[in-house]
Amino acid sequence: MVKKFIKIILVLFILFWNNVASAQERFPRPEFQTDYVYPEHQMPLHRSQTWEYIDVGVLIAALLVTSWLAIKKRSRKGLIMMSVFSLAYFGFFRKGCVCAVGSVQNIALALFNDSYTIPLTVLLFFIIPLVFALLFGRVFCAGVCPLGAIQELTGFRSVKLPKSVESVMASIPFIYLALAVLFAAMESQFIICKYDPFVGFFRLNGKYTMIVFGALLIIAGIFINRPYCRYLCPYGVLLNIFSRFAEKHLTITPAECTNCRLCEEEACPYDAILPSNADRPHEDPAVSRKRFIRYFLLIPLFTAAGGFIFYNSAPALSAIHRDVKLAREIRAENEMGVKAISEAASAFKESGQTEEELYNDEKLVVSRFKKASLWTGGFLGLSLGISLFGMTMRKTRTEYKPHKGKCFSCGRCFKYCPVEVKTKTEKS
Amino acid sequence: MMKEKNNIYETRRRFVKKFGKLLAILPVAGLPIVLLKKTSAKGYVWQIDPYKCIACGLCKTSCILTPSASKCVREYALCGYCDLCGGYLKEGAKSIGTGAELQMCPTGAITRKFVEEPFFEYTVDEDLCDGCAKCVKGCKDFGNGSLYMQIKQDLCVNCNDCSIARNCPAQAVARYTDDQQYIKKDRPV
Repeated sequence: MVKKFIKIILVLFILFWNNVASAQERFPRPEFQTDYVYPEHQMPLHRSQTWEYIDVGVLIAALLVTSWLAIKKRSRKGLIMMSVFSLAYFGFFRKGCVCAVGSVQNIALALFNDSYTIPLTVLLFFIIPLVFALLFGRVFCAGVCPLGAIQELTGFRSVKLPKSVESVMASIPFIYLALAVLFAAMESQFIICKYDPFVGFFRLNGKYTMIVFGALLIIAGIFINRPYCRYLCPYGVLLNIFSRFAEKHLTITPAECTNCRLCEEEACPYDAILPSNADRPHEDPAVSRKRFIRYFLLIPLFTAAGGFIFYNSAPALSAIHRDVKLAREIRAENEMGVKAISEAASAFKESGQTEEELYNDEKLVVSRFKKASLWTGGFLGLSLGISLFGMTMRKTRTEYKPHKGKCFSCGRCFKYCPVEVKTKTEKS
Repeated sequence: MMKEKNNIYETRRRFVKKFGKLLAILPVAGLPIVLLKKTSAKGYVWQIDPYKCIACGLCKTSCILTPSASKCVREYALCGYCDLCGGYLKEGAKSIGTGAELQMCPTGAITRKFVEEPFFEYTVDEDLCDGCAKCVKGCKDFGNGSLYMQIKQDLCVNCNDCSIARNCPAQAVARYTDDQQYIKKDRPV
């Protein structure tokens, strides 16, 4: 009898212990008899903010120097030195954070969420390379971006991919950018940072998946140069678009192009040289006009299709949001008896939040995701439509020049141009 | 005739180019205006809210740094200076003492020092702490919760996307403006 009573008391005690304990301090502060002094805990502060402004200054200076090297000085050696500097400063010294590539997500987060205010330095890191792209092309890629620099310096051979493979791969960054903006705007994840391949090298520390991915990219990059820049980089999409309207851009030849075709085959590992096509046969204008109109009409069709597809996949996409994931786990436990075993689920049960609140949160997030996905899909469809439409336009070129969108302004083509070689030897 | 036709193409092309440039300049110029109210000169740091933390131990493995930048810190003013310390002694420890087999901390980062009867002072050596949060859980469950996790700002490289925050099941890790780099625990849980 007594034993049973003790058991009941114990059970009650365990049940209420938690509540009692959370209401008050379990053990009172001791009153020391001796002259004991409470040690003060060290809370060392973060590196001063002025460093971040110094970074912005270095960014501008590096962009100016790179522009000068690419357009005025035309020095591949200088551009390589710039890459080494940027890799050392922005990569290894600054540990690769915040970079312009990742800042896209901060912009998206700030634009669509009231709770986040963007630090000025991050905003500048996003805008300044774009301004330079409008002025001088992708000079940011040429010698300032640490991710670009590490690949530029390890690209020893160059193997060209078939044109069809190249153009399909080149559409991946659009999808990556669209998803990154979507997920950042929905406060879910910063996927660009999560899947950053080289930041682990810069910190000499990181998850093995990150290091392996980075190492694979570098090994691939020895042959297929700059794989991240060409087939993944989401910021590159923006630079690509902006650079097409560049005021001044790197040229293959310092003077007049003689159409010698020496740069055609091997000069550019990035497939960014547009050949002269002045001697190609003329097409019947009626045929090309018809094609022009047909592809123009495809643009709204693609936009609508993209929006439709993404709108309908919004519930699946929203699973990346932690509240949605948690709500689905809890619901699965309630309705199907699948035990919720994640840490998040146990934390939720401990927190005292009701399931009603969680389901409401989920509903809100999914509806926001639907609206945003519509725009995301629309953007992707639109860009696909425009790029197909762009192929119908005939551009007559009388000289070899870089494709302003694709060209990284790396200066590899300089030495292939006989005009360049001639002027250089004359000077010396 | 041919020349005229060429001219039309030229001007049209120039028009498209100008229009495109304008379209490109617009967002670059517009963005700072739109974000004017949402821009601050202040930076951000990542920090753990000790009142939300459930001491799950994911800090140890989630941080991109090894050992983690998230470490156990002490709030002496909250500590009960207990002899039987839930943060220092392993669950089911045979006796109370400083033997390695009795300690909760896998790296031996906590030292126990006698102050006066019956009080003992516990200090954390942060160079040894790997952020496993075992002691934090012990102190939270059996004591005052004076041991708690904080991200050491001198170690943190301030990733744009903190991987501890990404993995934290209690959503205890968040961005704080850099005038609030630590969240001191000043009341018991």
